[in-house]
Amino acid sequence: MNQSESIETIRDIRRMMERSSRFISLSGLSGVSAGVCALAGAWIAHPYVYGYKEYIIHPEIAIVQAMAEDYSILFNTWLFWIAVGTFFSAFISAFVFTWIKSKKEGIPVWGNASKRVLASVGIPMIVGGIFLFRLLQFGTFGLVAPACLIFYGLGLVNAAKYTLNEIKYLGYTEIILGLISMWFIGYGLYFWAIGFGLMHIVYGIWMWLKYDYKNIHA
Amino acid sequence: MINPIEQLNKAFDNRIRLGIMSALMVNSEINFNELKELMQLTDGNLASHLKTLEDHQYIQVKKGFIGRKTNTRYSITKSGEKQFKQHLAALEKMIRSMQ
Repeated sequence: MNQSESIETIRDIRRMMERSSRFISLSGLSGVSAGVCALAGAWIAHPYVYGYKEYIIHPEIAIVQAMAEDYSILFNTWLFWIAVGTFFSAFISAFVFTWIKSKKEGIPVWGNASKRVLASVGIPMIVGGIFLFRLLQFGTFGLVAPACLIFYGLGLVNAAKYTLNEIKYLGYTEIILGLISMWFIGYGLYFWAIGFGLMHIVYGIWMWLKYDYKNIHA
Repeated sequence: MINPIEQLNKAFDNRIRLGIMSALMVNSEINFNELKELMQLTDGNLASHLKTLEDHQYIQVKKGFIGRKTNTRYSITKSGEKQFKQHLAALEKMIRSMQ
């Protein structure tokens, strides 16, 4: 074995360690698509959040629900369904681009690495979801956007060690935006749109240029 | 001085076996199908290399089921980890000695 062969062997080892432990087929386009969905969601939600449109779907039922302190009043708001729609459209469109990329690279979409990424983002997000639910019950609407940003940011920072490193910086950005927005109550939706919309698009383009564009034009 | 080439492990001079060991070094367990996708190999080819590593007792096998499908999981043994690290050290020495 000569020197170039040894170096080649070590490169093989490193490549296989990375491929098997980090989910590197996360596509930048996933970030862009999730960001576009978030901006669309924020745009649709805007008139309901700022009182130009009635956010309760069936006001006559809402009165009864409110008096009975029924949890289901949440499902009687347009905002809840806009949030659900935004989350799923963002998640599905992001998944599609990453799925295409992982097929192209021959990396399992549902392997050890991707499971770790999902678990590390998922745990802070589920905890955040329960926290938000209680915030809404207490009527603390002003803290909803900051809490979304902070819990999501923590999830990203947590997951970054199992995927592309840029995710860590996206996470820090979301956390910082979330913290700042706690002192700008009433502007939550704008911070939310910057964090989930604009930042996903910016980081998505950056990651796409860094990892995907180069490979296409190599 | 010992010739570093003699310290290289014959079991790892194959790219596929080297790949399997590398992946198992950084994952506590990997199942057969995931290894197959990672290495982009056919069932038979991967199985024969896994058998070689198993015979050396560098990896261990756990057979299980998910529903009706078999789920065979592989993990590295203490001795496998030690041998792989020695192999890496020998490679490193070789590169250094040639500079």
